[in-house]
Amino acid sequence: MMTFAGFKDSFLWYSFKRDKIAIISLLVLVLLVMVAVFAPLVAPYDPYDPEMIDIMNSEIPPVWEDGGEKAFVLGTDSQGRDMLSTMIYGMRVSLIIGFGAVALQAILGVFIGLFAGYHGGFLDSFFMRAADVQLSFSYLMVAIFMSAILQAIVGVARFGEIAVPFLILVIGFSQWPQYARTVRASVLAERNKEYVEAARVAGFPSAQIIIKQIFPNTLSPILVLSTIQVANAVMSEAALSFLGLGMPIDRPSLGSLINSGFEFIFSGAWWITALPGLLLVILVLSINMLGDFLRDVFNPKLYKG
Amino acid sequence: MNDTLLSVKNLYKHFDISGGFLDQIKFSQGRLKCEKTWVKAVNNVSFDLAAGETFSVVGESGCGKSTLGRTIMGLYPPNGGEISYRGSRIDGLDHKQLLPYRKKMQMVFQDPYASLNPRKTIRQALADPLRFHNPQLTEGEIKDRIDEVMLQVGSDPQWISRMPHEFSGGQRQRISIARALIVDPEFIVADEPISALDVSIQAQILNLMMDLQQQRNLAYLFIAHDLSVVEHLSDRVGVMYLGTVCELSETGILFEQPRHPYTQALMSAIPKLEGGASTHVRLKGEVPTPINLPSGCVFHGRCPYVNQRCIDEIPQLNRLDDGRQVACHGVEEGRI
Repeated sequence: MMTFAGFKDSFLWYSFKRDKIAIISLLVLVLLVMVAVFAPLVAPYDPYDPEMIDIMNSEIPPVWEDGGEKAFVLGTDSQGRDMLSTMIYGMRVSLIIGFGAVALQAILGVFIGLFAGYHGGFLDSFFMRAADVQLSFSYLMVAIFMSAILQAIVGVARFGEIAVPFLILVIGFSQWPQYARTVRASVLAERNKEYVEAARVAGFPSAQIIIKQIFPNTLSPILVLSTIQVANAVMSEAALSFLGLGMPIDRPSLGSLINSGFEFIFSGAWWITALPGLLLVILVLSINMLGDFLRDVFNPKLYKG
Repeated sequence: MNDTLLSVKNLYKHFDISGGFLDQIKFSQGRLKCEKTWVKAVNNVSFDLAAGETFSVVGESGCGKSTLGRTIMGLYPPNGGEISYRGSRIDGLDHKQLLPYRKKMQMVFQDPYASLNPRKTIRQALADPLRFHNPQLTEGEIKDRIDEVMLQVGSDPQWISRMPHEFSGGQRQRISIARALIVDPEFIVADEPISALDVSIQAQILNLMMDLQQQRNLAYLFIAHDLSVVEHLSDRVGVMYLGTVCELSETGILFEQPRHPYTQALMSAIPKLEGGASTHVRLKGEVPTPINLPSGCVFHGRCPYVNQRCIDEIPQLNRLDDGRQVACHGVEEGRI
């Protein structure tokens, strides 16, 4: 039971206070997530509202460039949407997909990893071979294949409405082996420890041993993996959207914004691609930096607490 | 020896170490063969244990004493033989049928640093098994039981909200013993409970175990390799070598006059304070691998009294006049 007082005494908090990169990353990440969560309050315009968009405002450069307007601080895109608002909403979509996909991966992967690792035998071989198969072809291939089928079934127009759950499913299902392998490896290390045997001698059923005894001891690798996987999922989503398989242009994510500006980059409107790209880099970098910090803290070889 | 608690008859435990299907395929004499490799950890072990008795199993590393204890506890399914508790068979029972016996049979482990879950407080470690076996208990009754057991093992009941890493090895072992006692067992398998402890702490834990035995009339299956501890603690001793029991006897007469050649060698290895010529029996060779057991008597390759019968025929435990059981052709024939 981690109380607040316990947390203040912990090695995690101690090393966090001394790691400037971790502090900055967390601040940036919290800021970005807050902005994304409160997007309707923060953003100056609503990019989903066609009445607020005027095609005459298209391709206005950021305010510090020649021809920039104060009303559009970061300029506008090719359809006349305010870049700042579109990016904020786009980041919101990216984060929803990122966290959603990681939640799905984690639920699938942790359960499969726990039970496969504890029971071993056929169950273990079956799921680990399935994981190998899953990892042996690229998620891009699966996504292209699935989205082509789905767009044919529901039509391109309605595809936009189901794009978010679709992307969560594709990215979630393609990455569960990461969790399953990590969890299985720590279960294999834990399962022969004597506290597990003591629980078996006490007569607890195996499901209870797995969930109550072993699972809490696999949490630190799961936490570290989760941060990296959120960054990966955000990038996967951006890659899919960039290829035109993800979010449609009227509900853009960061990836589809980068894509939509790509055709204008040589006509001088660099900001439509570069600014969402920069935001994506900052977002992914801060998550990855936090992940690195957590990995170092939880690494028992470096643990000096 | 009237009130038999546990009875083990012809117990076998073999482990399959052949790995996957591809590892099992072997090419020999121009043919592909699929063969499994077994580690024969426990072979044909039989003994009885009375209520309130301490039965020690001694032997060198890898002789199968821990496997024996774990098989009796149901952690490994036996490959053959019978385990009975108060007359009813407990081997081959499924999880639910075993539950009533889980309350009666408990285990204390060797490594106090691995035997407590690092993410659970002492209270959780003690309360979980108690609540699981006695769902009718109220929180107050559970707390009383925990306090009582903590006091019995010589720990402060105020410590129960702490985590295992806040304790030393000896304190952890006390808590492990408390965890075994909390369901009120009558039989405890102690798998080298003091081997990982400091010598000064070893004595405390041993005395604690002997006190608890008197208070609760516990029976111990005490697995150890420290012979002086075994002599001090046990009523009867079984000496194991390569998965078989070679001598089984009351402690006093075994230590006074060992009969089996292996027991003699083992006893002569106990360090003595008195000077004089060393009587240490030096055995030749190494312990054979339990994958390919020697034919006949498993000890024949290293025994100074070996003859052809020892190589051909597996000796059975025979009861001698003084009540001890010895598995040796030489003793049976009066050669040793």
